[in-house]
Amino acid sequence: MSKTAVHAPAGKKGPGFSKFGSQKFIVFLVVIILFVFFSIFSANFRKYTTVLSIMDYSYYIALMAIGVTFPLITGGVDLSIGTGLICYSLAGGYLVVHCGWPTWAGMLVSVLFGVAIGALNGVLVSILSLPPFLATLCTCMVTRGLGSICSKGFGISWPTSGSEGSWFRNIFKIAIGDTKYPLGFLWVVLLVLLMGFVLNHTKIGRYTIAIGSNKEATILSGINVKFYHIMAYVISGFFAGLASIAYSAVFSTVQPGTGAGFELEAIGGAIIGGVSASGGVGSIGGSLLGVFVICLLKTGLPYIGLQANWQQIITGMVLIGAVMVDILKKKRAEAAA
Amino acid sequence: MGDIILTMKDIDKSFPGVHALDHVNFEVRKGEVHALMGENGAGKSTLMKVLTGIYAKDSGSIVFEGKEVEFHNTREAQDAGVVIVHQELNMLGHLTVAQNIFIGREFKKGIRIDDKRMNEEAANLFRKLHIDIDPTETMGNLTVGKQQMCEIAKAISHKAKVIIFDEPSAALTEAEIEELFKIIRDLRKQQLGIVYISHRMDEIKVITDRVTVMRDGSYVGTLITKDCTKDDIINMMVGRVIYEDPKTESTVPKDAPVVLKVEHLNAGRMVKDVSFELRKGEILGFSGLMGAGRTETARAIFGADPKTSGNIYINGQKVEINSPQDAVKCGIGYLSEDRKRFGIVVQKSVAENTTMAALEKFVKGLFINKKAENDISQEYVKSLATKTPSVDQLVVNLSGGNQQKIVIAKWLVRNCDILIFDEPTRGIDVGAKNEIYKLMNRLAEEGKSIIMISSEMTEILRMSDRIVVMCEGSKTGEIDISEASQEIIMNMATREI
Repeated sequence: MSKTAVHAPAGKKGPGFSKFGSQKFIVFLVVIILFVFFSIFSANFRKYTTVLSIMDYSYYIALMAIGVTFPLITGGVDLSIGTGLICYSLAGGYLVVHCGWPTWAGMLVSVLFGVAIGALNGVLVSILSLPPFLATLCTCMVTRGLGSICSKGFGISWPTSGSEGSWFRNIFKIAIGDTKYPLGFLWVVLLVLLMGFVLNHTKIGRYTIAIGSNKEATILSGINVKFYHIMAYVISGFFAGLASIAYSAVFSTVQPGTGAGFELEAIGGAIIGGVSASGGVGSIGGSLLGVFVICLLKTGLPYIGLQANWQQIITGMVLIGAVMVDILKKKRAEAAA
Repeated sequence: MGDIILTMKDIDKSFPGVHALDHVNFEVRKGEVHALMGENGAGKSTLMKVLTGIYAKDSGSIVFEGKEVEFHNTREAQDAGVVIVHQELNMLGHLTVAQNIFIGREFKKGIRIDDKRMNEEAANLFRKLHIDIDPTETMGNLTVGKQQMCEIAKAISHKAKVIIFDEPSAALTEAEIEELFKIIRDLRKQQLGIVYISHRMDEIKVITDRVTVMRDGSYVGTLITKDCTKDDIINMMVGRVIYEDPKTESTVPKDAPVVLKVEHLNAGRMVKDVSFELRKGEILGFSGLMGAGRTETARAIFGADPKTSGNIYINGQKVEINSPQDAVKCGIGYLSEDRKRFGIVVQKSVAENTTMAALEKFVKGLFINKKAENDISQEYVKSLATKTPSVDQLVVNLSGGNQQKIVIAKWLVRNCDILIFDEPTRGIDVGAKNEIYKLMNRLAEEGKSIIMISSEMTEILRMSDRIVVMCEGSKTGEIDISEASQEIIMNMATREI
């Protein structure tokens, strides 16, 4: 045992870094390769406006992916974030547009709504022992219905650019002179760093990994597993709330009844980024990179003449590849033990 | 040996239908290694679970360091200094060694977990124990032996005064066991009280100071290790009267053909070079202690687990069995010890379960011939005397004994000539047990050949024509029923290796 090993900061060797750093690096390369590939084959793709629109499309998925990484690492899943996002956006937007609430208050409602649904998911899974798949499938349906009720069945348009209370759109895209800048990317990166810290250097993160690693052993270690299990879903709900703000800011109108399938892009991104489908392993940075793979495919494929449907097929195949890598890695680890 | 640190007196514990602990006494002194021995189900683990707060005792008292205590969970026991090193390791494979050792009591700097300090403390701990493990290594990358060392280090970091080792050597190599013993001797020198649960007689002689023997949930006695022999201990472990008549001689004719021959079978870590023959109409008992590799052997023969080498012959013909499907084609049926997981589909009817392994016989074109299915099920319900209101009854509503009969019927419908019964009467009440025994005897008389894996000595002696004994994955003995006795079998099952 070398002295340097003992004194090396644990973050460098902690889960999600040492062994899985390689997968993150590969995903990073894939992002670069995809970008270069589409740029070479399509003149329209290699434009600043395209980059801006990829960014626009990526924020809400990236935010969902940051959050959903936590339930995924516990060995669970959160399917409610997609329809939830729409629901929170409609609820907050209705108050702003039809009730005259200030924009910040509507945004706060969106986030708190997300936290509440997250807590509900957590209680269903942790206290009532529902399988995460079922529990969050139910809340997925519930939020879908709630969204329509909140907006009385109509679409909601948060204040549009230029009108009063539209400042929140500048959080994600700010115009300086004639140029627009994807400011949202900065916030996403900061949140990735923050939640990476939470995952690797705080009790919440440590116990999230512990639960996914061996729940029984975690209980026997005297840890309040119920609480930390709920927290994983609260984090997921909180980020679905943040994602709803990004969605409200990027799109002009939010339609009730939509949102189903968003969660799959976020979960898919997380899995491509190295989150183990069976729990215990994952990193926030990896999830973000995985989201960019999905967003690049979604935006880039139409530019090279492939219809949007192909994007779904290819994304699906990339996902299978990522899950296969996870399974192979696990098999090899088992063979070595 | 120093003063008494822990006394358990008159401990009584019942579970529904089982008197698990019957006024058991046990004590540990400072600076001693105290072995706790007994057959499977003697109550050793239950006693330790009562001690560490996993189970609540019904009556009796626990005195620790002169004070009466009652722990309500492992955390309380840990905090007081009573720590158990589990047989199945409680590790979190995705966290580092240091993170595992300090789980639940992390050092913190503000809200940040101070991993640096945890690594240093863990390194100190290892240095004190003369263990060479990198605290920043991911737990899942370590060998089982090293993982166990981490568990021990974790126990010691709780300032343990009493450490319980629950079959610590079961998964360790020779070299790792040596290292473990060095650590245990170290701990003994530091005046800790150590409880050592193991089946390995040679280890008991080497490492322990005293031996307490339990049998059927009762305290039998305590001996000074160096003053007693292996036979003394075995006599205390088995000294029970057998109420049911053991078989006195084999009922299999001398010239009965060999239907199944297994040669030099190796599979995984738990099956090492196992060879045996099974004759037509024979009940071959497989005896041994927990973890002897009997179930693993059966699963390898049945194709449920991959084998590394070895040959299997059926009626003299060499066969390749790589999956349960192959095995069923060869006429082998396996009745798992865990019926609910592997044997039956509880939410399906008696009829559906009966025909499950042979459904192609009941398919007409695209459809299942319900009438034929019901008829055959009816027939087996009658011939096996299964108690069920009808063949449409869901299996979940039947008793354990009747569920077992459904599994038997399933394999009979499939025309299996070789039946492997893995713990056939586990979880079945006494009356139903007798029925299962009668049924097995009848099947053998009808020319079926049976391998019966059983951890109950009485069952082995009552049913078997011949007995194969396993220990640590190897076959350690084979005897005819006419020569068998509990002592001989137990001797083989605890053979020193």
